[in-house]
Amino acid sequence: MMPLLQVENMTHFFGGLRAVHDYNLSIEKGEVRGLIGPNGAGKTTIFNLITGVYKPSEGKLALDGASIVGLQPHQIASMGIGRTFQNLRLWRHMTVLEHVRLGRYSKITYGLVGAFLGTPQRHREEAEIEAHAMRLMKLTHTDRFANTVVTNLPYGVQRRVELARALATEPKILFLDEPTAGMNPEELIDMMNIVREVHKELGMAIFLIEHRMKVVMDLCERIQTLVFGEVIAEGAPEEIRNNPQVIDAYLGKEVEA
Amino acid sequence: MAFFLQNLINALQWGSFYALIALGYSMVYSVLMLFNFAHGDIFMTGSYIGFFVASGLIALSATGTVAMPGWLILLLTILISMFLTSFVGIAVERIGYRPLRGAPRASAAITGLMIGIILETGNLALLGASRKKFPDLIETQTFTFAGVSVTNTKIMIVAVSLALMLALHLFIQRTKWGMAVRAMAYDFFVVPLMGVSINTIAVLTFAIGSALAAAAGILFGVAYPILDPYMGILFGWKAFVAAILGGRGSVLGAALAGFLLGFIEIFVAIIFPSTVRDLIAYSIILLILTFRPHGFFGEAYSAQLRL
Repeated sequence: MMPLLQVENMTHFFGGLRAVHDYNLSIEKGEVRGLIGPNGAGKTTIFNLITGVYKPSEGKLALDGASIVGLQPHQIASMGIGRTFQNLRLWRHMTVLEHVRLGRYSKITYGLVGAFLGTPQRHREEAEIEAHAMRLMKLTHTDRFANTVVTNLPYGVQRRVELARALATEPKILFLDEPTAGMNPEELIDMMNIVREVHKELGMAIFLIEHRMKVVMDLCERIQTLVFGEVIAEGAPEEIRNNPQVIDAYLGKEVEA
Repeated sequence: MAFFLQNLINALQWGSFYALIALGYSMVYSVLMLFNFAHGDIFMTGSYIGFFVASGLIALSATGTVAMPGWLILLLTILISMFLTSFVGIAVERIGYRPLRGAPRASAAITGLMIGIILETGNLALLGASRKKFPDLIETQTFTFAGVSVTNTKIMIVAVSLALMLALHLFIQRTKWGMAVRAMAYDFFVVPLMGVSINTIAVLTFAIGSALAAAAGILFGVAYPILDPYMGILFGWKAFVAAILGGRGSVLGAALAGFLLGFIEIFVAIIFPSTVRDLIAYSIILLILTFRPHGFFGEAYSAQLRL
């Protein structure tokens, strides 16, 4: 069977710096995959390469069998890759509902006339968008804040708004860039439960960057470890946890006494 | 009181021109974070396009095939010219700015200035140095209430300007493109990753900004019917000041600041001789900006926010 997302031999240079080297990835429908590695290993770069922010220097990328190399970010997003960001990237002064609605931009088809005159098509679509947005906000526990401007929300909630916005694009695969970064323990548990719930409800594949081992180990079926732009280990959480190379990369080599 | 009201009405008309032009600066800035320094010349181009459209419609009407009253000709002139001028804006974006996306900001600014010069001198080469007289489309009538006299053209100019601003407001609030425009003002980087094409939105803001500038150009032609190729320079600069004063990227701010500029200029001219009008008016604005460097509705953008 053809994997949902396939990356083959992807390499990327920033000037003379090789940020990603010979990277391979294959994610099946509905799979939850993790990507770990020390700071600066190139994890976010890989996200940016696959989502079209950067164009890889070399390599093949295919979503559902169709090549996505060289496509614009908005095209790749419309084809089914949704994402959140390591640092909060919300649109200050827009409400939660507006965030989620704009996530559905490529699905809104009514035009100017509809927007100004309120055609039946607009009303039908608006009702649909609203209902869909409501469902996503419920799933991410942000529905209480639908009409609140995002800057006025606590940090943990803002991160969930980002998730809801990404879900609104109806991704086949969801990229989460450190979804629990900067969260307190309570927010962290909430977020993990929400990610689980989202996965159960919507069933899309998830590709997750995380720093906290507990989160990756709990959520992911398979994990890749990236160091200096190269995958040094790939496997089930248990294998990764006990892999000496991974332990070295994270904790430093054990010095013999 | 009558004296004050009289000048208030004059200021509203004068401010309408600034506000309509400033909106174009602001919209483009909010989306692409660049000031389109050719915008004043797009105002001029719109005014000239209006001149030709109006002349054509008058000729058409005179043949008797479709006799049209003056107000209808004016309305059609505004609509047709807005439509045509929007393509000038689109061309400027495609030819001038799009190749420079990602280039240093200064390059885009210089490109804008060059496009401006090309539009001015192109006009000069094409039409010659003689000025054009914008045709009279509606007969001026003066109404007097309690010592305040208002002409029908003034009412029309202010009303059309406000109607256009309302339309723009609705566009930004109610359409998906408007929503994308607002989102891009806050975080440019994320918008395409939500499936929105930046180029589409960029083209749209240039088209809308240019259409509004064209409307301003025609309304200006109705009030002050002499057109020349350099009419957009000073006007463009002043509207740019309004856009800054309103707060970079703020549409509401740009409109309000446009009117404020009109008020300041008109009221300064009451007290001082007109030769020092701009000197004093813009010193006042400089002072305002000293205390509010981000303008009325602007935010202190951090560079980081835009990647």
